[in-house]
Amino acid sequence: MNVQDLKEVVRTHPMLAGLPEDVVELAAGCAHNVVFAEGALLFAEGDTADTLYLLRRGRVAIEVHTPAQAPLVIETVGAGDAVGWSWLIPPYRWRFDARAIEPVGAVALDGTCLRGKAEADPAFGYALLQQITAVILDRLQATRVRLLDLYEAPRGA
Amino acid sequence: MTPVLYRVLSRRRHTVDVVTLRMAPLRGEAMTLRCGQFNMLTAFGVGESAISVSSGPDERDWIEHTVRDVGPVTHALCATAPGEVVGVRGPFGTDWGVEEEDGDVVVVAGGIGLAPLRGAILHLLGRSGDGRLFVLVGARSPSQFVFAEDLRAWSAAGAHVAVTVDVAEPGWAGHVGLVTSLLGTAGFDPAATSALVCGPEVMMRFVAGALLDRGMAPHRIKVSLERNMQCGLAWCGHCQLGPLLLCRDGPVVTYDGVVPPLMLERER
Repeated sequence: MNVQDLKEVVRTHPMLAGLPEDVVELAAGCAHNVVFAEGALLFAEGDTADTLYLLRRGRVAIEVHTPAQAPLVIETVGAGDAVGWSWLIPPYRWRFDARAIEPVGAVALDGTCLRGKAEADPAFGYALLQQITAVILDRLQATRVRLLDLYEAPRGA
Repeated sequence: MTPVLYRVLSRRRHTVDVVTLRMAPLRGEAMTLRCGQFNMLTAFGVGESAISVSSGPDERDWIEHTVRDVGPVTHALCATAPGEVVGVRGPFGTDWGVEEEDGDVVVVAGGIGLAPLRGAILHLLGRSGDGRLFVLVGARSPSQFVFAEDLRAWSAAGAHVAVTVDVAEPGWAGHVGLVTSLLGTAGFDPAATSALVCGPEVMMRFVAGALLDRGMAPHRIKVSLERNMQCGLAWCGHCQLGPLLLCRDGPVVTYDGVVPPLMLERER
């Protein structure tokens, strides 16, 4: 994938869609194309968190490894979603595993690169954070609703 | 309004606490129903409960109700064996209006909320024309899906079907997440699609909000509300929600006008 194609993918990905062109340009400068085979880990708990993945195809399971049993799947995400936030905040360590449960194609944005550009250009940093925060907020709200266990029936008539 | 006697023909178990009863009147034809309506079912000697119809509108020989065991009346209904008799009053309330739908429709169901939508899905699958059907279903866990076999059949019949669970179980390879997580990849155009939504009310609020955020017009979103249905005749007032008596003005309502703020009203 050449630089122009990469920029186009970054521009049109739902995570970053609608951002000003100069922000897209800066973000795309930190991007490269990646693929993961089914079963491959995008990242593992405890490893250095250094990448924001914009998923283009395939599905990824956010999971927790547990002794003597299969990993516990917390959530699945797919094309159009983004995965990986821990590169934003120290100590830059992944909190969960992310595993490709189908062949995955993604654009990987280097976290160190993004942080560097954000520190050098606060307007870029703010615009990027707004996009990322919106996604995190959406996931947090959905997770809170799941915690309510709404499908359990109230006792009644 | 006196209950009409219906004999249970079969009982189909979906989960440990959810069954579907197929029943036919002791005399005459089964009642004419519209998708989304409900009946008051009597477990004789125990009581009465409002239960949505889960069969399609074209059945003439029997009707089906899907019941969750949540109290004495529904426990008795769930325990009703084939050959035994229940009472049926109805049908009551508004319907999904699927007869007027000729475009794309997305059905979003949470848990047992799929039951009141099943008749609408069956009708939409059988219509002619180019309108597509999307069926998005959430459940607590993989073992909690109702009408699991129907979901596979609907997919084979041409509906786009996607399911998700809140909590995965060992061996589950499907989606894990709130049912709203299915909206973005389902493939429908929110600006040109109608939505039918049923499930826990909090879930319906979140789904409706997500659909609005994606550009669906409020008048194209329908939800199924319930309150304490007792008489079914708009007399007793127990099902009142603001200016609405849900046994008459619902359960199916459009997500516009008074409905969104009413759904946010804190009960005192």
